[in-house]
Amino acid sequence: MAKIYSNASPKQHNLNPKDETISFLLNYSKALSVINYNKLKFEALLN
Amino acid sequence: MKTELIQDAELVTNYINGNESALSVLIERHKQKIYSFIYSKVYDRDVTEDVFQDTFIKVIKTLKRGKYNEEGKFLPWVMRIAHNLVIDHFRKNKRMPKFHNTGEFSIFSVLSDSTLNAEKVLIKDQVETDVRRIIEELPEDQKQVLLMRMYQDMSFKEISERTGVSINTALGRMRYALINMRKVIEQNNIVLTN
Repeated sequence: MAKIYSNASPKQHNLNPKDETISFLLNYSKALSVINYNKLKFEALLN
Repeated sequence: MKTELIQDAELVTNYINGNESALSVLIERHKQKIYSFIYSKVYDRDVTEDVFQDTFIKVIKTLKRGKYNEEGKFLPWVMRIAHNLVIDHFRKNKRMPKFHNTGEFSIFSVLSDSTLNAEKVLIKDQVETDVRRIIEELPEDQKQVLLMRMYQDMSFKEISERTGVSINTALGRMRYALINMRKVIEQNNIVLTN
């Protein structure tokens, strides 16, 4: 009798980043300030 | 106004103009696709988290610096950044690969530290001292040839020139030096192994 081969369907992981990561990114964005001065750009992280 | 009706391009413009919540919408909208893409390459949750974070840090910096050209391709642009960071990760890993010790197999069972431990260093020093003592017992002409050959790395041609004898004589003295050393070692039951 022929063996039945079947592809196991790939498990659906919860493929999402952690909330902490998202939170960090949003806070980072709020804190980041780009200052233009004499054709130069400075990145400053505001506290 | 429903946020799903706002196109990416408009959200990007709003964000650049100072609307921080626009970024939140963009991340929420695309996070699963980007995260899944990264995971499909690296198959490591921690690494995926890091790459995802680094991707959006680059996105944020570029947007805030005003260096983003809106061509209606926000998501492909972000995916390209993620893709390049995945490549960077593999390149870095290749240079210094990490090995995770599992419960069953430890890498230290096949890797060994070849440097001598303290005991072996002591034994090595003792052996070298014993060898020097044995050499001192040799007749002067044999000792001279042996020291030049083994400790000064001289060729027999150089030895013959220095000592004023033929090469064959130098070779003979070396041979007798070794024979005599072996005799002394055997007669005195000296152990010279580490």
